[in-house]
Amino acid sequence: MSDVAPPVTVIPRKRRGVELLLILFAVAIALTAYVIIDLNVIGEISSTLPYLAAFGILLPLLAHFAIRWRLPYADPVMLPCVVLLNGLGLAMIHRIDLINDPPVFGARQQLVWTTLGVILFMLVAVVIRDHRPLQRFTYTLFLGGLVLLLLPLVPFLGVEKFGARIWISVAGYSFQPAEVAKILLSVAFASYLVEKRDVLALAGYRFLGIDLPRARDLGPILLMWLASLAVLVFQKDLGTSLLFFGLFVMMLYVATERAGWPILGTLLFAAGAYLGYLQFGHVRIRVGAWLDPFSDYDSFYQVITAQFGMAWGGILGTGLGEGRPGLTPLARSDFIAAAIGEELGITGLMAVVMIYGLIVARGLRVALQCRDPFGKLLAAGLSFAFALQVFTIIGGVTRLLPLTGLTTPFMSQGGSSLIANWVVVALLLLISHHARKPIATVVPVDVDSETTQLVKGLAR
Amino acid sequence: MNRPIRRVAFVAMIMFALLFANGTYMILFRQASLDAQPQNRRVRDAEFAQDRGSILAAGNTEIATTKVVKDRFEFLRTYPEGELYAPITGFYSYDHARTGLESSYNTELAGTDDSLFVRRLIDLISNRTPRGANVETTILPAAQKAAARTLGNNKGAVVALDPQTGAVLALVTSPSYDPNDIASHDLEKADKAYRKLAADPDRPLSNRAVREIYPPGSTFKLVTAAAALTDGKTADSKVASPNRLKLPNTNTYLGNSTNCGGKTTTIAHALEVSCNTAFANLGIELGQDKLRAQAQKFGFDRRHLSDLSGVASQFPDSMDAAQTALSAIGQFDVAASPLQMAMVTAAIANDGELMDPYLVSQVQAPDLTAIQTHRPQRLSQAMTAADARELKQMMVGVVENGTGGNGGISGVEVGGKTGTAQSDPNRKPFAWFTSFAPADNPQVAVAVVVEDADIPRQDIAGGRVAAPIARAVMQAVLEQ
Repeated sequence: MSDVAPPVTVIPRKRRGVELLLILFAVAIALTAYVIIDLNVIGEISSTLPYLAAFGILLPLLAHFAIRWRLPYADPVMLPCVVLLNGLGLAMIHRIDLINDPPVFGARQQLVWTTLGVILFMLVAVVIRDHRPLQRFTYTLFLGGLVLLLLPLVPFLGVEKFGARIWISVAGYSFQPAEVAKILLSVAFASYLVEKRDVLALAGYRFLGIDLPRARDLGPILLMWLASLAVLVFQKDLGTSLLFFGLFVMMLYVATERAGWPILGTLLFAAGAYLGYLQFGHVRIRVGAWLDPFSDYDSFYQVITAQFGMAWGGILGTGLGEGRPGLTPLARSDFIAAAIGEELGITGLMAVVMIYGLIVARGLRVALQCRDPFGKLLAAGLSFAFALQVFTIIGGVTRLLPLTGLTTPFMSQGGSSLIANWVVVALLLLISHHARKPIATVVPVDVDSETTQLVKGLAR
Repeated sequence: MNRPIRRVAFVAMIMFALLFANGTYMILFRQASLDAQPQNRRVRDAEFAQDRGSILAAGNTEIATTKVVKDRFEFLRTYPEGELYAPITGFYSYDHARTGLESSYNTELAGTDDSLFVRRLIDLISNRTPRGANVETTILPAAQKAAARTLGNNKGAVVALDPQTGAVLALVTSPSYDPNDIASHDLEKADKAYRKLAADPDRPLSNRAVREIYPPGSTFKLVTAAAALTDGKTADSKVASPNRLKLPNTNTYLGNSTNCGGKTTTIAHALEVSCNTAFANLGIELGQDKLRAQAQKFGFDRRHLSDLSGVASQFPDSMDAAQTALSAIGQFDVAASPLQMAMVTAAIANDGELMDPYLVSQVQAPDLTAIQTHRPQRLSQAMTAADARELKQMMVGVVENGTGGNGGISGVEVGGKTGTAQSDPNRKPFAWFTSFAPADNPQVAVAVVVEDADIPRQDIAGGRVAAPIARAVMQAVLEQ
């Protein structure tokens, strides 16, 4: 008889059944919201509801089965959270559609984008299957990301809306390329930094307590800083600039473990933002609307009326379909959080923020669990960028920060953001699958059956 | 790499914590002020579509009420005798907010006040349409009508107080306006009506009774007389009353518009004939500090009747002797609202005790139970009871033997004081009259001002125009 216990191998439970239940729960919430809206606004349930319900259940189930098939060890909470946000966003867009007379069909369009998003999600899960090969395309992705990021500056292609030039328009469809650039650049940063982390961290010289890398390693960093500045200066959008620069600095910090980077990065961004404030009336308006919205009612109308809406909603909200979110311009896109705050109350809005928080927490957990540095860095980067985006836009709508042109992930109307965020989640699930799946094939040892065999042997 | 990832997670946690904290802060601390913003259409529309409580005059006469109509707001604010009560009710409009009691009692009328919280909860549970509270005023319709009728088309104002409680019995300003036009659900028409009234040079939207201050002229001699009595003089004290008085350190002479009856006279006689030089001399003798102290005891330099956003009457600061002399007869920079002069008279009539003027006696829940009831409050003891009685008799003398004859009512002992004041040499003078009745048990104190009165610049003339108006109001109150 041996006293030494056999080595313990932890095999994470897959929990796909839990995921399925949570998804059905999320779909039920979204469909209920849809029905309540119809009843409150038009007084009857629309005849298309059965089709919508069938499709609304089918679509997430397809995503679920893709995971079950190819990424069985993936995190089971993220997908239901995304389904809930996407479904609630659809219901809210439908609610704002109904304000228009005759009603418009923004929700239908958004459902098409959702379908495309889910298809891309399944493609990532089924076709890519492993995140590690992405490391091979570092410079291609970097270049592609930068081009996309700066694409709105191309004459005739870029469109300026609401003072910010972050859209491109092709054949009547407008598109925010920054959303896609977010993914490409996250992957590119991750693979570049994993490759160069030792050089960046160790080689070079110390200046003012910060370890500065060698000039030739500094190139991409400076390039990124310049690109962020270009976004701020030429596209005049503080939010996009903050998102990319924040993402980059944070990944640099995680890769090198040098606290000097975030400090330097924050200072650089603060300087850039201050210059932007001095230089652009558009940025000044947004900062003014943040500090003292009532000083100029006409200029700050949007922020003011969103505030009114949320105050009107109070703690528990007016109820779906009972508020007046249509008074706020862009209620279906930038200000969908304000519409939720009005009709579901600050409680509903905070619940939504909580779900975003869950996704971020799960994403960062994947980063901690992951074994390969590339996956770690990518998961951390994608999760942090997601958190930063939620913080910036919801903070902007609730007047915690100046308003910026970022989208509310999975909720606000717009295809580019929706599809890109589905891909982000697919990538996180991909990394999560690889982080959680057992390294080698382990035959589960059944203690009971062993004992039985032993007894049998003795008896023999 | 796990350590930096944990730190990044901590930063993300702080970001989310900030979002939660900010959301909580917004609802806890910003919600009320956001809801109170006049541009807030959500609140405005919801309030406009509310069964607002009524405003009542004494005896349950509805002066502002809510009618059910078939349009998007469902409830229309109506003012049965709009022009008559406009200075009290104010108006309730979509685009131009609210004035008067509609503004100061908005939350009670709308039913959103904290004091109505429990009732609101019951309405919510029992699924009843919530109703606002009713606001009952102290206005006596008979007195209000008498004041409006006698003031007629003159520009001016009338305020009547109950000297013993401070209750406002009548409050008229002329020209007035019809608040129904501004409360109309035809928003464009309402806006036009408002703009027209706001641009009118006669300023019908202005509440002359409590929100405008005029030079009080000789009615201010009551304050000077009170200060002299407080200083130890009596009604029979002698005071120099030359035909003209050289103002100290100037080359200006102050004349009399009436015959003061000799080189010296008594204070009582000087008040009866409204002798300028005698009171100017009294003012110089007392000095500005005693005059100011007396004026402030009567309520000058303080705002009154905040329900209608009343303004403070003024007694000027740091004057030389000549300016003090002019102030003592209600000229120079002395300025008083009709309400203030009614308060002076009311305090004299009420044995020197000045009561805080008030307009709302009770706020009633829709089921007529009282939510708030006003209790009369004393503002100050403006003069001793003995001095007040002496001054009261002097005022009775003004009506019986002096300039205020037009204010008398047969069979009732009335005390009063006339005044004529000039704000600008190019403008016609203001005629004043302030009085009380009856002397033994005062029921009413009135102040009347008539702008641009078509009268000669004489004291006796002020009495001719304004005194009959005061008399009519006093009679209306006494007949109740």
